[in-house]
Amino acid sequence: MRQSRTLRLSLRALATVYLGLLVAVPVTMILVRALAPGLRTWWQWVTTPAAISALNLTLLIIAIVVPLNVVFGVITALALARGRFPGRAVLQTLVDLPFAVSPVVVGVAMIALWGTNGWFGWLPQHGIRVVYALPAMVLATSFVTMPFVVREVEPVLRELGTDQEQAAATLGASRFQVFSRITLPAIRWGLTYGVVLTISRALGEYGAVLLVSSNLPGVSQTLTLLVHGRFVDDHNVYGAYAASTVLMGLALVTLLVTTLLDHWKKQR
Amino acid sequence: MALPTRTTPRAPAGRPTSRRPAARHFRLGGIDPATLGVVVLWVSVLVALPIAALLALSLSGGPQGFLAAVTRPSALTTLGLTVALAAAVSLVNAVMGTVIAWVLVRDDFRGKQVLDALIDIPFALPTIVASIVLLSLYGPDSPIGVHLAGLRAGVMLALAFVTLPFVVRAVQPVLRELDTEAEQAAASLGAHGWTIFRRIVWPVLMPAVASGTGLSFARAIGEFGSVVLIGGNLPGRTQVASQYIQQLIEAGDQAGAAAVSVVLLAISFLVLTTLRVTSSRMQQREEAA
Repeated sequence: MRQSRTLRLSLRALATVYLGLLVAVPVTMILVRALAPGLRTWWQWVTTPAAISALNLTLLIIAIVVPLNVVFGVITALALARGRFPGRAVLQTLVDLPFAVSPVVVGVAMIALWGTNGWFGWLPQHGIRVVYALPAMVLATSFVTMPFVVREVEPVLRELGTDQEQAAATLGASRFQVFSRITLPAIRWGLTYGVVLTISRALGEYGAVLLVSSNLPGVSQTLTLLVHGRFVDDHNVYGAYAASTVLMGLALVTLLVTTLLDHWKKQR
Repeated sequence: MALPTRTTPRAPAGRPTSRRPAARHFRLGGIDPATLGVVVLWVSVLVALPIAALLALSLSGGPQGFLAAVTRPSALTTLGLTVALAAAVSLVNAVMGTVIAWVLVRDDFRGKQVLDALIDIPFALPTIVASIVLLSLYGPDSPIGVHLAGLRAGVMLALAFVTLPFVVRAVQPVLRELDTEAEQAAASLGAHGWTIFRRIVWPVLMPAVASGTGLSFARAIGEFGSVVLIGGNLPGRTQVASQYIQQLIEAGDQAGAAAVSVVLLAISFLVLTTLRVTSSRMQQREEAA
């Protein structure tokens, strides 16, 4: 379609202004505000004991969630790609369900199941604290990130088919050999992509974790809860800006990695 | 893992994988029962049981209790406001997302890659960071004198930020594959720009725009983190459904929180299911054509 020069330029201006006011200027603004008092001040605020503990807790949750989602996600993807069993459609729906659930609703669901009045409410009586402790934060994060690995790996498995695996098995390869020599190499990029998405979402999860954390600074605050706590409870706006830039930096790293993976996928 | 047993006859070369030897039917089509058991257990403990417990909790006061919780004036107000704000933002996305996708595909200028890269930022940024980011420009100490904190405009801004990529990323690939020949032919026959867009481009783009708009609606009605700091959580004015649910939990009304959660979940589930069904129907029609 041939556009008149005026139309083309005005659409271009409209898109640029919209994206500028919505994304570019605010993102720049927070960097300016966080770094304005100097790098030293910034560094002091991102290395307070509470901030270090929040970073550690976020990394700990990621370190637990990623292996869980990788192992069970790959098995689930295998079942969905190759299995013909009753209830397969239900399983598909359940795998996609986390995408439809608000983070706060995830938190409420965790309380409904694991809380003291919940179905598994007898656990706390035996000294196993789930809600308002690390296990529920892990479960909530695992819930919201569950579809990523499955949905990245399943189509690759479908495309791969089972010919090569059957050939290897008939030649006497063990199940482990077949998996590590044929299946795993085939899915490794999809799996990597799924893992990066999982890390990105786990880093930023806030609503679900807020509801099931005891939210004590230096003990049970993740980075996102730290940002919230500093801003709302401590009225420490600068501290919240500084902590946000750390999360933003980590988020941009994951974005960069996904972009590179996309690029690589296209080139192939 | 799908492995044939030793008794499975060797598949002749070139045999399509969809045709399976009869001997493997009892193996659930290539998955052994133990693997399936692991999968069912994992998905149940992680997703199905919490959601089932949520449903049970929402009905703990009986159907009347559920109805009472979701038809309270405060619940109806916040649900209505949430749906209205989400719908408004999705409409903005439908228009602006299409414009942005159009500019990114059909226009060429310096800095276009930068605009394209900006689209991905909202999905990558944690929602609470999105809230702070917007607040640093439009908050109480706004350097440009625009104060949106505590206003519906502020909530809409936050929702527009987090849902920005949906329509753009849905429309872009369709627009890229759209052949310009039909447009050129129409132009050579004397059709005007707007007519060409309406008659030729829009019918092709419409499904993608609708799907992106639906996704952004489903995301917006459940949105929490990005709204928390900029919205101000004012009941009846800026409080969205997820904030209302959190407030009920803090007040100890778990059954009420669960009931509103179920309504929210039902709406987004309905939207997403409708989208999936229509898109798979359209794909089938395309394949049949």
